[in-house]
Amino acid sequence: MAETNLHRMHRFDLTKRLVAKLQREEAVIGGIGHSNFDLWAAGHRPQNFYMLGSMGLAIPIALGVALAQPARRCFALEGDGSLLMQLGCLATVATLAPKNLTMLIMDNGSYQITGGQATPAAGGADFVAIARGCGLRSAVWATDETDFDAQIDRCLATDGPHLIGLKLDDQPPAAQTERDPPQLRDRFMRGMGVKKSKLPG
Amino acid sequence: MTKPWHEIVVEVLKANEIRLIPYVPDNVLKPLINAIHADPFFTTFSTAREEEAIGIVCGGVMAGMRGMALMQTSGFMTLPNVLASLPCSFQIPALMMVSERGTLGEFNMGQAAVWRTMRPTLDGLAMPWHVITRLDECEFITDRTIKQALMTQSPACLLLSPLLTGGKASPVRTGH
Ligand SMILES: Cc1ncc(C[n+]2csc(CCOP(=O)(O)OP(=O)(O)O)c2C)c(N)n1
Repeated sequence: MAETNLHRMHRFDLTKRLVAKLQREEAVIGGIGHSNFDLWAAGHRPQNFYMLGSMGLAIPIALGVALAQPARRCFALEGDGSLLMQLGCLATVATLAPKNLTMLIMDNGSYQITGGQATPAAGGADFVAIARGCGLRSAVWATDETDFDAQIDRCLATDGPHLIGLKLDDQPPAAQTERDPPQLRDRFMRGMGVKKSKLPG
Repeated sequence: MTKPWHEIVVEVLKANEIRLIPYVPDNVLKPLINAIHADPFFTTFSTAREEEAIGIVCGGVMAGMRGMALMQTSGFMTLPNVLASLPCSFQIPALMMVSERGTLGEFNMGQAAVWRTMRPTLDGLAMPWHVITRLDECEFITDRTIKQALMTQSPACLLLSPLLTGGKASPVRTGH
């Protein structure tokens, strides 16, 4: 389907739909800005990592997690503007082909958090086509919410790497992540089973 | 016979369980990269950018697989923003090994100019870093820097000086 015909979805709604399907302590890495804000708003899980800077690194971080823990499924939530900054990572993922990695591209066509400016993809760059061109065979646009649910089920049941493109509306995020990086890292490492601590958390 | 620097580095990485080694290549790093590829202990591969390698190492270490990114000076200097905002802010022991270009006989003016920005940047990031210049200090500096980074949850950078590695010789003769 031509990506321009796609129904526009709401990032917070899709994030809640994803989180509701996670039953096995799957890792979720939220990229800079609104991708991680809505992940936070969907309800904190110890297996969530909220990236508060380093624009473009949600997929590389998720790849590192996926390589370290092959038995755990990992999701990266990355904005379209952010992905444009690090397109090469799609080739790396295709080459390493981690079975447990799924990438969700939050494509609202803009740099929403900095004021909604159009990205350089406005000329028609198609992220799913780019992903396929990088060698990611399981790369599709989700056509609507029902299709999104089905795609997530497929990603949870089959070997990846998977990539799902999501055309989004321009609604703002539902909340803001608490900005305390060492605390966020500490909780994530506990959530990954890497850090044990008697300190409550 | 004494071991070459890259054999020492491989031994120290293994002793400290540093398995995940993404890199953007450099000629001086070639024997190290080759040795790491040849050893199934390591998970190693090239990345499109050094930033990507830092993201991968940070994800890996947070999920229990320690890592070190390999690069040259010019690659390091693409990193200040992601180092400041990811491993420095989140206190993640992301390790880096940088082959020093731009000093002690550099032939490329661009590399020489980038080299001048590296130490001020490392200091500005307030990140521990050490230069390895001598073979007899290579094991100690590498091992202690890695251990301190892990114990203090800090990124750290090791610079491989041409004094250690021989550097990259000029492909052209000077003076004409
Ligand atoms: C290297 C770098 N350049 C610019 C910025 C400023 N910045 C922060 S978020 C952002 C936009 C992110 O866009 P996108 O990933 O599409 O997410 P959205 O805001 O649309 O949710 C920009 C330009 C930054 N943080 N880092």
